[in-house]
Amino acid sequence: MHKMLWKLFSRDMTLFMHRKQDVVTVLGFFLVAVALFPLGISSDPELLRTIAPGAVWIAALFSTVLALDRLFSEDLDDGTLEQQMLMPVPISLLLLVRLVAHWVITGLPLVLLAPLMGLQFGLAFNEIVILTLSLLIGTPILVLLGAIGAALTVGLKSSGGLVTLLLLPLYVPVLILGTSAVTSVMNGVDVTAHFSLMGAALLVSLVLSPFAVATALKITLD
Amino acid sequence: MLEIEKLAVEREERLLFSGLSVKLSAGEGLHIVGKNGAGKTTLLRVLCGLTSSVAGTIKWCDQDVTEFREEFCSDLLYLGHKNANKTELNCRENLKLALGVQSVSDTEISDALHEAGLGMLSHLPTRFLSQGQQRRLSLARLLLSKATLWVLDEPYVALDYKAIEWLDSILERHLKNKGLLVLTSHQTLTMSSSIRVLNLGEQHA
Repeated sequence: MHKMLWKLFSRDMTLFMHRKQDVVTVLGFFLVAVALFPLGISSDPELLRTIAPGAVWIAALFSTVLALDRLFSEDLDDGTLEQQMLMPVPISLLLLVRLVAHWVITGLPLVLLAPLMGLQFGLAFNEIVILTLSLLIGTPILVLLGAIGAALTVGLKSSGGLVTLLLLPLYVPVLILGTSAVTSVMNGVDVTAHFSLMGAALLVSLVLSPFAVATALKITLD
Repeated sequence: MLEIEKLAVEREERLLFSGLSVKLSAGEGLHIVGKNGAGKTTLLRVLCGLTSSVAGTIKWCDQDVTEFREEFCSDLLYLGHKNANKTELNCRENLKLALGVQSVSDTEISDALHEAGLGMLSHLPTRFLSQGQQRRLSLARLLLSKATLWVLDEPYVALDYKAIEWLDSILERHLKNKGLLVLTSHQTLTMSSSIRVLNLGEQHA
């Protein structure tokens, strides 16, 4: 069983090695979006410090949505998705592995870039740590919830707009928790509550999202 | 081994067929024929569990396939209309991925590709292959698969004369080794093994 799951994981990794431009697009979008905030708003350092958590988080959120577009659509078109659904592995487990791989490829780089973004906005060391940690817990939630939207709309021609609309209500709480964690640490408030809630959200979505995605994909393929 | 009982399938509120019962034992083949839109592909997809039926049961080794999905899937090999090859990967990588959780050695893959007539092209990304060559690549799975039940949707499409003979020989070998085969095809099969024919058009709702 472990061997099977590892094979699935390495499959996504192999594909990624042949498709680096996808990841570069997502990362480029993230970098450019964050870099444009100071240019578009103001160069006042105090103001930039205040908007930093929101700017980084919103950019990360849209980068995740951008990356989700490719999660299932190509597999559906070339027929590999139905082959995956016929693998002798529980489908939800298979999907969990795929989502983890997807996060490692498209989400983890955002987390690793976050300290750099924090420096750019002049955040203090402990604020950068909290920003990075909040993204480390938050981006997997974004991927897990987003995959449900991606699976529901995978058969549609132009699904991008619909996915965003579907996901917005689910993403708002994560965004609020993530940004307010950083804002709280700026104001010297304890952030344990934020992280407990985000941790809980991560666990719940880890358990439930693969089942929801599996059901959605079955409906799409039916 | 494979039992289909009183199967009924609906697509978009249109009944494709109902009361379909077929039994297939080891070493037997079933050729599904019917006019366009008769539900051949749908039947194969229902058989694999990709599409749901409105009534009836499908049993594999006396077990309901919806309950024992994983056991059924490990005995099943399905090739659909789409070749299920990743265009950016080469033949070797595609074949390895396609075999999924089954492990195969590099020499086995080379041999299979060679037999499929792709030996010289195995390093090329599959987007450079012709339609027929891509089909050969997905058929090369049959050479390595350990599955007992093969479900093939129009496997002869895009194949040249030689490849058709090659495919026939693979299918005959599979039946001889007590394998089961369900396929759709519009052409008359030239295999020497006896294969039962199921005409979907005659199964009136």
